[in-house]
Amino acid sequence: MIKKQIRKNDLNFFQRTYITEIFKGLSLTFRKIFQKKFTRQYPEEKWNPPISFRGRPVLVQEKNGTERCVACMLCARVCPALAIEIQADETFEYSKERYPKKFEINMLRCIFCGFCEEVCPEEAIVMSQEFELVFSSQDEAIFGKDKLLIPKEKLQNRLEFLRQYR
Amino acid sequence: MNVSITIDGKKIDCDFSKTVIQVAQENGTSIPHFCWHPSLSVSGNCRMCLVDVGMPKRNREGQIEVDANGNPITQFMPKLAIACSTQVADGMVVETKSDKIINAREAVMEFILINHPLDCPICDEAGECKLQDYAYKHSVGESRFEFEKVQKPKRVAIGKNVMLDNERCIMCSRCIRFCDEIVKEPSLVFSERGDNVTLTTFPGTSLDNSYSMNTIDLCPVGALTSKDFRFKARVWDMSFTDSICVGCSRGCNTTVGVRNNEILRLTPRLNENVNSYWMCDDGRLNTFEFVNKNRIKQPMIKRDGKFSECEWDEAISKTISELKRFSPSEILVIGSPFATNEDNFLLKKFAKQVLKTENICFFNHIVEGNKDELLILEDKTPNSFALKEFGFGNGNNFLQMISEKKIRAVYLLEDNIATDETIVNLLSNVDFIVTHSPNLNATTQIASVVFSSSTYAEKNGTLTNFEGRVQRIRPSVATLEHDRALDGFAMSRLDQFGAHNDRWTKGEKRDARSSWKIILNVANGFGAKWKYNTAEDVFKEICLNVKSFENMSYAKISNKGLLLKKMEMYV
Repeated sequence: MIKKQIRKNDLNFFQRTYITEIFKGLSLTFRKIFQKKFTRQYPEEKWNPPISFRGRPVLVQEKNGTERCVACMLCARVCPALAIEIQADETFEYSKERYPKKFEINMLRCIFCGFCEEVCPEEAIVMSQEFELVFSSQDEAIFGKDKLLIPKEKLQNRLEFLRQYR
Repeated sequence: MNVSITIDGKKIDCDFSKTVIQVAQENGTSIPHFCWHPSLSVSGNCRMCLVDVGMPKRNREGQIEVDANGNPITQFMPKLAIACSTQVADGMVVETKSDKIINAREAVMEFILINHPLDCPICDEAGECKLQDYAYKHSVGESRFEFEKVQKPKRVAIGKNVMLDNERCIMCSRCIRFCDEIVKEPSLVFSERGDNVTLTTFPGTSLDNSYSMNTIDLCPVGALTSKDFRFKARVWDMSFTDSICVGCSRGCNTTVGVRNNEILRLTPRLNENVNSYWMCDDGRLNTFEFVNKNRIKQPMIKRDGKFSECEWDEAISKTISELKRFSPSEILVIGSPFATNEDNFLLKKFAKQVLKTENICFFNHIVEGNKDELLILEDKTPNSFALKEFGFGNGNNFLQMISEKKIRAVYLLEDNIATDETIVNLLSNVDFIVTHSPNLNATTQIASVVFSSSTYAEKNGTLTNFEGRVQRIRPSVATLEHDRALDGFAMSRLDQFGAHNDRWTKGEKRDARSSWKIILNVANGFGAKWKYNTAEDVFKEICLNVKSFENMSYAKISNKGLLLKKMEMYV
């Protein structure tokens, strides 16, 4: 059965003033005032994301100041948005054979999928907790090693979280 | 003598001198292998090509026994045999896909992988590694070996172009056999025994023959890698285009590896008629740097002794107005054995029909003594055969005319002729020199107008090698006249998905043109009204006008080249 549609000209005069409806709506608002709040005063009140959160990808920096990355380019290969560009080179330091001479992530292309972190054989690239990314130009959105390298201690939580799933 | 064998139930007639792996490969059944190589002797040490081999069962009288249905009963050998060293015999039955064989392959793979390091992420071979491919196809994916892997020397420079990682070596001995049998300069050897087997050079020697880098292509794993290409790029980020080496007149078939519009490496491509699987180190390392570096990015005109870059139209009109000052007999047109057939043919047509000069020549570049038995030839140009075919004279005959000041203008195609002082001094007698050149060199220094021309890696065309084989070159590096997608270039992943603001699409594009196109523009500036849209159009005209090119076409040349008609009888 098709429900009969109520049109504006079907309403009587009192209904047409909408007074009852206005009070219905206001009563809902009034009731909600006393309930628990779900919103937050961002940016004054910061949010600490859970450890499973995928913020911007960063490179793990070892104590000696170098990156863990060996420039295998698996992250660049797996990246569905082709955000990562790496140029490998040879190194004779720290028992590594190769290192990334250039490691750049285009943060405008990055879709925060975390595939790079998942594929990395060295636990060298991880998703951080940072989500506040602002750029004023396209070039500024390309993060080089200077912005990507984060000391290992600061990423300890994430590294331990990942180890549960290895 | 022909024999009949059965591979996986398929009856095949073949020559009795062949081995099972050869017959299988020729008939579309690929048998996995590491140490076997079509051009090398059989070593039979990797055991990857195990197959089940049987013969029809015979009774005591020597008659073939049959089952209830009348089909002959096959009696298989008690153990699996390696296909690479098993010669075919009449009635032989070969199984390559049964469970028994799959189990055996998995066991062999597990055995080979016992001491193979998990180096793939830092190994240059990854992506084109036989062991990696087979680990996916023929392996169970895990190892039962729970002890420490054997440690061996890594990062050993065993030659000036080759890097050795002994841990990765699977002891297939292809490189050793290559040096012994193909180059005939034995320099590699296995030392130690068991799982300590190590590839080394003989004491006090190194892998320095002129073909050493072929061992890199031969190596089925990443044990031997190129020092030049080391860590430059991943193979899956590059595009690969079939081309021809321009290092000498052999015309070795090559594959050009390009990333971000820059050539990163050349590798040989199989052509049994020319270079088989090989190419020399010299050709591999020294024929792409001039494409990437030291380029002329725009046409240039010399004003008051200094070059200034200009537009194409300006350079062309300047050339035309200058050339018109001279009578035809005062103009010398010099072809180039480095340029394609198309370029030189059109140059000759331009000289004959537009400039109406008879002074047409080219200079040979022969390095005497620089040759060997295998590939390297004395003639260091890829296309001198065609120039003789087109009727270009010997350049040295015209030097006299230049010194007598009978020649006052020179139109020169991509060639650096001012290599010694006598020729530089001679050319100072000439009033006007126009040259096409991809690179800055001594000749462009003394020219008045320089057209920036494309290199072999940026144009379509054909080259004719020393025995008269016409072979195709294709563009792999884009110039401003190209669009990778629209012009049918080989495209890497990055080329396909890169946007204008991605850094990997920003490889330098030069404003260079194919020489035949420049000649076409100059000729039309003289009022010639020629109509060629592609290099293929020019080639069609060559086929109509030059007898030995008759009935040729780009389609017929394809990837393997085509011999000139008059040369067919000699080969």
